[in-house]
Amino acid sequence: MAAKNRLAVNKTYKLYLGGKFPRTESGRYYEVKGRKGALLANASRASRKDFRNGVVAARKAWPGWDGSSAYLRGQILYRIAEMLEGRTEQFEEELRIQGSTPSTAKKEVAKAVDLLVHYAGWSDKYQSLFSSVNPVSTPHFNFSVPEPTGVVAVAAPEKSSLLGLCSAIAPILAGGNTSIVLASHSKPLCAITLAEVLNSSDVPAGVVNMLTGFRDELLPHFAEHMDVNALLLCSDMEEEAKMVGKRAAENLKRVVSHPDSALEEDPYHILDFQEVKTTWHPVGV
Amino acid sequence: MSEAQDKGAAGSKTKSASSGKKKSRHDFVDGDRYAPAPESSEHVVVKDSYDLFIGGDWIRAPKRTETRNPATGEVLSEVGEAGPGMVKKAVAAARKAYEETWSTMPGRERGKYLYRLARLIQERAREFAVLETMDGGKPIRESRDVDLPLVAAHFFYYAGWADKLDYAFPGRTAHSIGVIGQVIPWNFPLLMAAWKLAPALACGNTVVLKPAETTPLTALKLAELIEEAGFPPGVVNVVTGGGKTGRHLVRHPDVDKVAFTGSTEVGKMIQRDLAGTGRRYTLELGGKAANIIFDDATVNQAVEGIVNGIFFNQGHVCCAGSRLFVQEGIADTVVRKLKRRMDNLVLGDPLDKNTDVGAINSQEQLDRIKVLVDSGSEEGAKCWQSGQKLPRKGFWFKPTIFTECAQSHQIVQKEIFGPVLAIQTFRTPEEAVEKANNTPYGLSGGVWTDKGSKIFKITSQIRAGVLWANTFNKFDPASPFGGYKESGVGREGGLQGLAPYLDLR
Amino acid sequence: MSADPPIFPDLRMLSTIDQVGVEERAQRFQARSIKSESKLSALKLAVTMLDVTTLEGKDSPGKVKQLCAKAKRPLPEDPSIGPAAAICVYPRLVRVAKEAVGRSGVKVASVATGFPSGQSRLKERLSEIRYAVGAGADEIDMVISRGKLLHGEFRSIFDEIVRCKEACGGAHLKVILETGELQTYDTVRIASEIAMAAGADFIKTSTGKIQPAATLPVTLVMLEAIQDYYDRTGRMVGMKPAGGISDAKTAIHYLVMLKETLGKEWLTSRWFRFGASSLTNDLLMQIRKQQTGRYQSADYFTKD
Repeated sequence: MAAKNRLAVNKTYKLYLGGKFPRTESGRYYEVKGRKGALLANASRASRKDFRNGVVAARKAWPGWDGSSAYLRGQILYRIAEMLEGRTEQFEEELRIQGSTPSTAKKEVAKAVDLLVHYAGWSDKYQSLFSSVNPVSTPHFNFSVPEPTGVVAVAAPEKSSLLGLCSAIAPILAGGNTSIVLASHSKPLCAITLAEVLNSSDVPAGVVNMLTGFRDELLPHFAEHMDVNALLLCSDMEEEAKMVGKRAAENLKRVVSHPDSALEEDPYHILDFQEVKTTWHPVGV
Repeated sequence: MSEAQDKGAAGSKTKSASSGKKKSRHDFVDGDRYAPAPESSEHVVVKDSYDLFIGGDWIRAPKRTETRNPATGEVLSEVGEAGPGMVKKAVAAARKAYEETWSTMPGRERGKYLYRLARLIQERAREFAVLETMDGGKPIRESRDVDLPLVAAHFFYYAGWADKLDYAFPGRTAHSIGVIGQVIPWNFPLLMAAWKLAPALACGNTVVLKPAETTPLTALKLAELIEEAGFPPGVVNVVTGGGKTGRHLVRHPDVDKVAFTGSTEVGKMIQRDLAGTGRRYTLELGGKAANIIFDDATVNQAVEGIVNGIFFNQGHVCCAGSRLFVQEGIADTVVRKLKRRMDNLVLGDPLDKNTDVGAINSQEQLDRIKVLVDSGSEEGAKCWQSGQKLPRKGFWFKPTIFTECAQSHQIVQKEIFGPVLAIQTFRTPEEAVEKANNTPYGLSGGVWTDKGSKIFKITSQIRAGVLWANTFNKFDPASPFGGYKESGVGREGGLQGLAPYLDLR
Repeated sequence: MSADPPIFPDLRMLSTIDQVGVEERAQRFQARSIKSESKLSALKLAVTMLDVTTLEGKDSPGKVKQLCAKAKRPLPEDPSIGPAAAICVYPRLVRVAKEAVGRSGVKVASVATGFPSGQSRLKERLSEIRYAVGAGADEIDMVISRGKLLHGEFRSIFDEIVRCKEACGGAHLKVILETGELQTYDTVRIASEIAMAAGADFIKTSTGKIQPAATLPVTLVMLEAIQDYYDRTGRMVGMKPAGGISDAKTAIHYLVMLKETLGKEWLTSRWFRFGASSLTNDLLMQIRKQQTGRYQSADYFTKD
């Protein structure tokens, strides 16, 4: 890939934790290979402790993100789309070297941008859709509103490494949650590049934390961590779902399962990571 | 002169009221309690023995257990204990009814069955209320004025949804799920049956319901009413038994969805059992609600809210306001008023219309309360109990408060599920919210302040599913109920309560 | 009586009243079921708490004398019933009433201060009090200036009550808030606080000329005010719901509420009165019913 007379500067793929790009604390890595077995990069092989650090960052970031206005969250999501669009070529290239055809890569990036724009618009609308004023029989004003569940761990789709990743994160972000995401194991490059996009899109530090590594090593910890409120599992493996479900029960994590593919554009995916709060107040003088 | 006259009047009154005998305990002024005012239980028919309600038939289970009145210890009846075979049979009956009648019936017709059932419940509300009180120990005033009206209202509410489901969730069409397994607790036996059955049936599902071991009678009587209402056989099946029966039901592979109300411990077991099966669940579990009183609160009503929050149904309420946070400046006033109010609570015969605090549901529960209360004193909190005398027979516990509690005390951390309140003080709103949220639970909370903007701020900061501002322990079928964190998954009641019983496509 | 001059209350210290909460609580008292012996003793107690009242334009000495007879001995054949606490009349009839009650122990109460509107000059209101006390009134039922209260002139209301109290001399002062005109429980609470601080011996809901008159919730608000005042100062203040209490069942609800808020110490005619005219006979009928087990007819009870 070296150009004439000039040695190319290769990119180091690190983790994204609390708004910074550290190497894994474990010092481990794994090889990411291209179509013909060529080495593309050494991806960080995140450890349990990296994940723990991600949860700490996400928990810390959550009150601010939850407390920011829905309008602002929409603007930031739109900003991500803008930045992603601006780096279209880089993402297409990464998808191609990881196995996509040029036309599918092009389509995937475009779809990812459009999906982010779609959810940018939802950030201040789903509340109206899923709220209610409830006609109780006593002299009380009673209303129900969705509130973000909190810190969400995400096992992103394995196959759809950019669109799948964006489709998993966007509804979680739009809904005011923070997240720790395990990117596609076999195709992790877009994830770290996306993290760079996020980092330059006014997404506050810690709102999204990106890990690359081994699912079977990390997923049990995703499921077990007591400070994770919900878990999105994109997987076609029943055994994985079983393992996650059993371990998640210890703090009654909300477990949302989705096949190993990009999530549809759908406000009900936002609702998956919301809790309904109902408030009562007397009506009188 | 006026005092002399007053004494004279009082003297003559006492004389005539007690007709020469010693001062009576029922004298309005001098007595220590009101004369008994028992609700009649004559019209309540309790059979010696109840069978399982499966596929529209009453089927005898070989194993049987007794159910007792916790206020007297007397045996009320005997019910079947469903083993795996019976549970299987019930699920099969529900599947058959689902496929052959209920899921294909127009929503409008399903709704009419539910309306009819609601009416029948209203007609026989008193009988159900008395039975609920006899089997569970809760005061008749509550079963009559709270439980039963809500039971009927719940069926009415969801009856109306049955033909409108496609309007409930924009962009989606609503489809039923299949066979629902429902396991309910002993604190609101009939009300929880209504909470579970009404939305499930309205959405076109069929049900196998397992009532709690100690309070099966009203659910069985409800089954009789369902039979009387002419529901197709198998749409509702009732299997009685203990935890084992519940487990058989939860684990049955042909149960498409499990709805459970009970302890967080069992809730976690259910989540584990269902992991990776694709079968759905909703869980309504424990709680340790914070009831926060700010110094600008409407104090007298707040005290009433505290009482209602923790002594309603003897504190056997998952959303009970069991942790009280009072702002330092009014803490003494609130505690003084609270004690005075507690001394006025009438404790005793649950069937007496004046009873405010009834019997503890079981020996087991009483033991659990005692252990935790002992720990409170041992760990350094200051215990105060109201002055009522406890009846000799049955299971009872005095209304109890602890002051000088620390966040680390077990009575602050653990769900006691009894008439026991842990009181802490706070200085700033931030401190109140921080302590209120410092729990694995998140079912409910209370906020008392006269300042509107503070209400919105604090209620939005408390991580719980139901927030009562300037009120407490209010329920309505139109109002969603359910917890954050370890208090559960999903909502019951209102529009949101439909979602767990629908496949939204 | 303490010699300290009355001090205007710190109204900022008052907590607000939640309407729904108060009404809910009041309803709970109505759910009490008072039976047999408790009921009979409550009914008898209620009779001794009656301020048998006539406040009509057509009142005459004859009418007042008849009522006094009833107050002294409500149930002629049973001397253990009663006597009523007081007879309540206009100032002009105080003398007649005083003579008619004689040494029976029944007090004579007089409305004064431009009853029922209170819309006369303070000077005239004070002289009306002095006139009634001079005629032998044991108790004065004054009205406050509701217009001023709603206008926020709390200090002025306070000063007027202080002056009225002075004019009463040894007579007990009941301060009528006319809660039906005050509209909100918060205003009732403020008025109660001012009246008590100004020296009221009793606070009273209504004149009976305005609807709504006494209700359970408004009485509860006032009982709570009395309790808080007592907790703060140690001085007991009496309570008199008036108007609209016409049957025994309702009267018992009030007594239950009294018992469960202020407690036993207040359960005497010294600290609690019913301002009523038609309540008497229903109490008597219910007493007879309790004693005989038979439902009664109005034909067997004297109408005065």
